[in-house]
Amino acid sequence: METPLTQYIKPDRLPPGIEDYKKAGGYSGTIKAIKEMSPSDIKTLVKSSGLSGRGGAGFPTGVKWELVPVDANGNGYKYLVANADEMEPGTFKDRYLLEGNPHQLLAGMIIASYAIGAQKAYIFLRWAYKKAEAIIRKAIAEAYDAGYLGNNILGTGYDLDIYIHSSAGRYICGEETALLNSLEGKRGIPRTKPPFPAISGLFGQPTAVNNVETLCWISHIIEKGADWFRKLSLTGEGGTKLYGVSGRVRNPGLWELPMGTTMREIIYDHAGGMLEGYKLKGVIPGGVSTDFMIESQLDTKMDFASVRAAGSRLGTGTMIVLDDKTCPVAFIHSMIKFFAQESCGWCTPCREGLPWVEKILASFENGTAKYDDIEILEFHTQYMAPGNTFCAHAPGAMEPLQSGLRYFREEFVRHINEKHCPWR
Amino acid sequence: MLTDKEKDDIHKEMNQYPYPEATCIDALKVVQYHRGWISDDAVEDIANELKMTVDEVDSVATFYTRIYRKPVGRNIILLCDGTSCLVMGYESVYEYISKKLNLKFGETTDDKRFTLLPVSCLGDCDHSPALMINDDHYNNLTVNKIDEILEKYL
Repeated sequence: METPLTQYIKPDRLPPGIEDYKKAGGYSGTIKAIKEMSPSDIKTLVKSSGLSGRGGAGFPTGVKWELVPVDANGNGYKYLVANADEMEPGTFKDRYLLEGNPHQLLAGMIIASYAIGAQKAYIFLRWAYKKAEAIIRKAIAEAYDAGYLGNNILGTGYDLDIYIHSSAGRYICGEETALLNSLEGKRGIPRTKPPFPAISGLFGQPTAVNNVETLCWISHIIEKGADWFRKLSLTGEGGTKLYGVSGRVRNPGLWELPMGTTMREIIYDHAGGMLEGYKLKGVIPGGVSTDFMIESQLDTKMDFASVRAAGSRLGTGTMIVLDDKTCPVAFIHSMIKFFAQESCGWCTPCREGLPWVEKILASFENGTAKYDDIEILEFHTQYMAPGNTFCAHAPGAMEPLQSGLRYFREEFVRHINEKHCPWR
Repeated sequence: MLTDKEKDDIHKEMNQYPYPEATCIDALKVVQYHRGWISDDAVEDIANELKMTVDEVDSVATFYTRIYRKPVGRNIILLCDGTSCLVMGYESVYEYISKKLNLKFGETTDDKRFTLLPVSCLGDCDHSPALMINDDHYNNLTVNKIDEILEKYL
């Protein structure tokens, strides 16, 4: 089984330096792209590979790049931004790539920038990733020294600078338009779309924002082709995927597996199944903005289409397992508390609605909830549904709540009947 | 007044943006690095340097969780209360630290050695529970590891 993204990552060892990575052929896709291919060749190839955004939305990467106008250079630059903000609880996949092989990301960013005609690129990094920051800074310096960055890259006449911006916190900055505001030094509040970032993005210029895992694929796809990429997968969606599991399992961690590996295989074969004495009660499949899945859905293939068909979202593919000894209401409360805290405050339903829902969930835990409160919670899952809020933050928060109310209704009612949390 | 060192550090960051205001967050981080937190005077200093209004800078400073607009201790303990850490028992770690240092979330010890803050995720979910002190991550926490960790920070 091929593991292109993680093949050079050795946990607890330093990441490959530029010389080692070049020797391993790591920059050959980059050299081929900028020396032998036109930007439109690259976009066509990436589009035909079917690579889709690994940040969670699954938007086709090649299509995203094609939306950036070819001739819109005007007075300013075009920009590429690597979204390395990764702040959704339960998610730790990009960290592994950033710390383990920074040159793989840079190799992809150079190609992506060349494809959209960007002369400047930024890595927007999660504030907590201090080790990754040091590793990436060193890798960027090496890439400049080797002539892969800066002016006239490898004698091709193409110029590119890559900068790193380490964030100052706030989950909302992972939303691409909020990220752009933050990168401009402003409050991280989402922007109205349209205009989409491809037309008017960073500093008002055409911009593509791609997730780290997505960008890490690019040099491999250029080197080995679209067919190779598609065949790595078990389903129609190409490539491998970084899958993670946390919670009370024997071996929590992260694995690169063919796209479409079943949830059962990931949790039981790779994460070793549940710890002795614990039963699986539910799974949040891809970050806390995704609907619960339950035991009867364990054979779901973990790709975008299959998880959607099962009523949830693949999201980031990093799962949190809920066990029978953890209170499901406390579990949901912790997710909603996160979303309430992280609301940017721009639109009223999110700013006011999420803290209200959070307070009601707290009342279940302290034994003061009433029967009406279940209906109030259900009302809010509709009230903050997509279309009623400015961005996807509050609707994302409502996903685990609405499926949690469906699957764990009995447990909610027990809190009311027994006037305390039965798990405490 | 910004010190020369603070100014230098801010101007280095400015190189990566097309105009000075875009440096606002980096400037706040620079000043916080040197002073520990962002006082009203610090907001004004940054506003003057970047040719922004005080309100503009403060609107940014108060938005971001890792910018401190109140004094904090010499060492900041960020204890994750996210979902994976809840499942894996961060609450017992919180109780232990809270009792040992006589601190609740949001408080600073009298000797200014520690401030304890909650944080919603550190990306250590496969090794939870987790906390961060200053720039250092600690994970797979159990109550009996805490004393040794805290001793490193004076």
